[in-house]
Amino acid sequence: LLFSRQGKLRLQKWFTPLTDREKKKVIRDMMMLVLARPPRSCNFLQWRDLKIVYKRYASLYFCAGLEDKDNELLALEVLHRYVELLDKYFGNVCELDIIFNFEKAYFILDEFLMGGEILETSKLAVGVSMEEADTLQETMEEYMSKPAY
Amino acid sequence: MSDVVEKTLTALPSLLSLDSHPGSAKLSSTSKLGNLIRGITELTSKHEEEKLIQHELLAIKEQVSSPNTTMRQMKELMVRSIYCEMLGYEASFSYIHAIKLAQQGTVLEKRVGYLAVSLFLNESHELLLLLVNTVLKDLQSTNLIEVCMALTVVSQMFPKDMIPAILPLVEEKLNHPKEIIRRKAVLALYKFYLIAPNQVQHIHNKFRKALCDKDPGVMTASLHIYLQMIQENPEAYKDLTPSFVTILKQVVGGKLPMDFNYHTVPAPWLQIQLLRILSLLGKNDQSTSEVMYEVLDESLQRAEMNHNITYAILYECVKCIYTIHPKSDLLEKAAKCIGNFVLSPKINLKYLGLKALTYVVQQDPKLALQHQMTIIECLDHPDLIIKRETLELLFRITNGQNVTVIVEKMLEFLCISEDDHTTIDLVGKVAELAEKYAPDNEWFIETMNTVFSLGGDMMQPDIPNSFLKLLSEGFDSVEEDRKLRLFAVNSYIPLLRGEPGKLPQRFLQVISWVLGEYSHLREDLEPAEVLSLLAKLLDMKNSSSETKSWVLMAMTKLCKGGADASVTQEVSETYSSSLDTVLRQRAHELQYLSQDPELRARVLPRGAKPETLEVDSSLSFLDRFVSEALAAGAAPYKPPHQRQEELDQSKALSLEPYGLSLPISMSSCSITDRQSPTLLSMSSGLSGDSADLSHKGGSSALKLDGIKRVWGREGYLAQREPVEEAAQVEVPSPIQSPGRQGEGDSLHSQTPTQTPTPEPEQEKQQLASSLFVGLASQSSVSLMGKSEPMPQRFRRKAKGQGLGSSFIANEQISSSLISPPSAVDNLLCNNLLDSNNASELAEQTSQLSQSLTTANGTCHAEAELTESDTKGCNPALRRDNCVVAAGPGPHNDPGRLTEVCLDSYLPAELSGLSHSEIAPLCANQSLNLSACHVQKEDSLILVVFIMNSSESAIQQMLLQVDSEELEVSCLCDSPAGEVTSHSVAVGQYSLTVTRPAVHVEVVGTVSYQLPAGTSQSLQFSYKVPLTSFIRPFVVSTEEYGTMWLSFSHDTKQNLTLINDNQEPLTATLNALKKKLQLHVVEVIGMEGIVACRLLQDLPCLMHCRVNAGWLAVWLRSPVPDLPDCLIYHCQRALQSL
Repeated sequence: LLFSRQGKLRLQKWFTPLTDREKKKVIRDMMMLVLARPPRSCNFLQWRDLKIVYKRYASLYFCAGLEDKDNELLALEVLHRYVELLDKYFGNVCELDIIFNFEKAYFILDEFLMGGEILETSKLAVGVSMEEADTLQETMEEYMSKPAY
Repeated sequence: MSDVVEKTLTALPSLLSLDSHPGSAKLSSTSKLGNLIRGITELTSKHEEEKLIQHELLAIKEQVSSPNTTMRQMKELMVRSIYCEMLGYEASFSYIHAIKLAQQGTVLEKRVGYLAVSLFLNESHELLLLLVNTVLKDLQSTNLIEVCMALTVVSQMFPKDMIPAILPLVEEKLNHPKEIIRRKAVLALYKFYLIAPNQVQHIHNKFRKALCDKDPGVMTASLHIYLQMIQENPEAYKDLTPSFVTILKQVVGGKLPMDFNYHTVPAPWLQIQLLRILSLLGKNDQSTSEVMYEVLDESLQRAEMNHNITYAILYECVKCIYTIHPKSDLLEKAAKCIGNFVLSPKINLKYLGLKALTYVVQQDPKLALQHQMTIIECLDHPDLIIKRETLELLFRITNGQNVTVIVEKMLEFLCISEDDHTTIDLVGKVAELAEKYAPDNEWFIETMNTVFSLGGDMMQPDIPNSFLKLLSEGFDSVEEDRKLRLFAVNSYIPLLRGEPGKLPQRFLQVISWVLGEYSHLREDLEPAEVLSLLAKLLDMKNSSSETKSWVLMAMTKLCKGGADASVTQEVSETYSSSLDTVLRQRAHELQYLSQDPELRARVLPRGAKPETLEVDSSLSFLDRFVSEALAAGAAPYKPPHQRQEELDQSKALSLEPYGLSLPISMSSCSITDRQSPTLLSMSSGLSGDSADLSHKGGSSALKLDGIKRVWGREGYLAQREPVEEAAQVEVPSPIQSPGRQGEGDSLHSQTPTQTPTPEPEQEKQQLASSLFVGLASQSSVSLMGKSEPMPQRFRRKAKGQGLGSSFIANEQISSSLISPPSAVDNLLCNNLLDSNNASELAEQTSQLSQSLTTANGTCHAEAELTESDTKGCNPALRRDNCVVAAGPGPHNDPGRLTEVCLDSYLPAELSGLSHSEIAPLCANQSLNLSACHVQKEDSLILVVFIMNSSESAIQQMLLQVDSEELEVSCLCDSPAGEVTSHSVAVGQYSLTVTRPAVHVEVVGTVSYQLPAGTSQSLQFSYKVPLTSFIRPFVVSTEEYGTMWLSFSHDTKQNLTLINDNQEPLTATLNALKKKLQLHVVEVIGMEGIVACRLLQDLPCLMHCRVNAGWLAVWLRSPVPDLPDCLIYHCQRALQSL
């Protein structure tokens, strides 16, 4: 369960099956909880039987819901890693990048996490696979524009 | 912005200028997304946004479904609809297009398609099936990226039953030269393992290979699987411990490639994963633990850098050290670590430290002492989360000495907490602590009061229950108890005088119970005052009806006649016309009991102490009764499990001749008629409990042994014990068990607001004895007035089948069968025959009918009762109606002996139909039981033949049939009563499946009486294969299609094909059709669709496809186990060919 937002939802990803109504409720609750947190307080929260780990990057909040046995600090670092990845991919990432290229952000997330578990922790590897995909994208673009000549 | 994106963007205008037509469309849609997003950001109100999105969605919808939208545009559209969906607007129309895009698009578009699919759909969505083929194709693709995408989507969501289809392909990928593919394949398998562990069982050794993979990424991925598997079964993987330790050593030693480093820490995620695995492996296992001490020590030392991630590792390390077999110097280091955490100024670390401490204090409470001051500081921390964690920690270290302080802190926190979840949790903890460690009464009561008022109605219902239990059971000394109760009363009175409207419902219920029970302990308190306080509660607008019924009950206990009468009279009048049946019941009780002080004194004696309810487990006081009952022809005592079966079955046939149960009823009537309806209903509560007990099968004896369970599922259970006595003794005649069972069931459907009334011994005795005589049936009448849903069902069913015939109420518990109407009749005619009580009967009947009508609020009830009344007046007639002696056909031929061809006894209307072999069930010296099942077009009839092989007639025979999987309904004429010598009685039951199983079993009992007067019973069971219930199901292909999508339970399997020169599919399907009575809907090429239904109407659809020499069968049904059972029978059918 991982999503980020700033009052408005920017990205959401669910690793456990939930109905739409539950999702909406969870999102609402999380927003209320997280946005109400005073600055300089702990990054962990208890919500129902989940632990919420959140971190603020500029105007964006990145949140993740964890089960009881998960390690909170680790999750915090997962979030951080994800941000690093985004940063690397977009150059200096900003909220607008994520808004306008949210599908790319999803792809990165997909490469990073698979089924809720860490897939690739090596920054390099994620980067490589993204680049591979992108070169492909570029060649596709070129390919598509060729018939025009 | 990355240059890639830039390139893309810069490419667009050139594209536009060069190729205006397709390009312009594309550009416009790209910018449309931009526009959309910008538009939304600029909007100010939610309403405007909604309008904009709706508009957008309409546009997307239009474009998406237009045929000349290219895949490229489709991709853009998808992105837009993903965006809309994310904002919480429904875009379900695009789901199918997302799948299409994933299917047909080029790599790039595929990717968006897959993304859209994975975001839109969840695991159970039916459209996912359409995706399976695409995934299959992509897995086989040579394009790396396509394979990657397919694996990603597979690991994200995949329908469980389609796993076999792609499993080999994914397995193959484990040997792929590219590590990224291997990695993803491993994770996909992990996902499969999670959703269907048994399907990947055969590849466990491949996981081992993955663990030894030369790429660390693949190895890491395989750890996920191992963690899961070890969690389930640590023993099986002990041998891998050294490998894990070696890996961890290498990781910690920095042997991994640099790019796995994270902030100069080598592969932290991997480390943590390994630590978790090790802690699982080393738990309670010294030898395994010893292997890992060294490496744990090393990780502790290495991880001493100042970064979050190292702390995470440390935390995991500490947890591991405390989980495995302890080693002192490691523990010391770990303790130091925790100390650092807790003392850290960083709030996250503090939190983690507290967590670790909470974890650790269970093993080593001393550690908490070292950090006392820090903990106290944390308690005053502004962050609620930290506070909460601290309380959690305190909860763990609570003992008798510190409980007051800790509870005080917890209550303080409760006052400021706003989160429901936290409140519920904490309230539970406080209550637990208060009960466990309470230093004195006053404190306990006060604490509980606070808990009740703070916790409100959110708390778990067992908290007030156990509180009341504690009050009523008391402690060791009587004086203490008295003080405790008095204190409770004292503390409640001012509360009620204050503003009771603010108190939560649960608390009010507790208060009213306590006042009802114990307010007399306070001498200076006038009952009238308590009564008026309680009455005030009743008038409150926000009191729930449950609370009101508690209050009414309390008033019932308190009222003494005289001065109080006016209040009670008023109240009972108000509520005796209440719409709520429970309330009405209570009001009636109140009314009667307040008018009759003598009765009241008997029913609700003052100051009855639960502990006086010593149970005479030998039940000697009932000996006289038992012997009487036995003399009167009652069956001897049977152990509960046996009786349970009988109870279940007795309902199938309650066409018992009433005359025979008469003696018992007579003996009971004397008790019965003395009692008021209230008492009756109480005894019905008792019998409900007893039925409940017998449901639990045999547990009653166990419970009896000195355990005081005062509160239970049904509310106050002080009456339980007498009930158990009753249950222990015997059901004097099978006929009353219907009544009892019926009440049991109806009681289950009732709200659990039973009278919390402690009963004195004599009262219990009375109740107990009144319970198991004919009274049971009587109380079933009063019950009809008591629970609203039941009577309606009763009435409906009774009308459908005629009074006196038995019917089925298939309750969730044991599909027990009830026949209250017959029980009513039974009672009535018993009474009629009992001349002594003739006059009382009239009064009673009118009373009953009164309560029935008032309670039900429908005029049907009265009509119903009058009907049964009139019928009851003519018992002879009734008996004629419902007692059918022996089966049809001429069978009084004494010359016929055991070799009779039972075939000829098959009822005429069934004889033309195919039936199974008549199988002998059981026999003894006097009876021979056989059975067969007859397949009718629309039903399955079970025919039971009972042959009397003795020389004398058998009387009072009662046949009961029941099944867990089936609904058994008795057909018209059933054998009952008398079977003359060497004749055969036939019982017919129509069976319908409620819970499919491969074989369904019918169990039954015949109880009968020999002329000598001894009762006996025979038990039997009869197995019916599920195939007997299968009937062809004629549907059109279109109907089939729609049904297919709507059914949720399915299963898949490959079956062998029949190869006999013909078209194999047709041959196989025909064979199945012949064997199993399926209906072949259509055969198209290599696929065939087949449908069948299980009686009565549980459909099952079957989709068959010839695939590589196998018949791939896919079954779907709305019923859970049906597909699995059917596939089993298909296999059997094909094997037997």
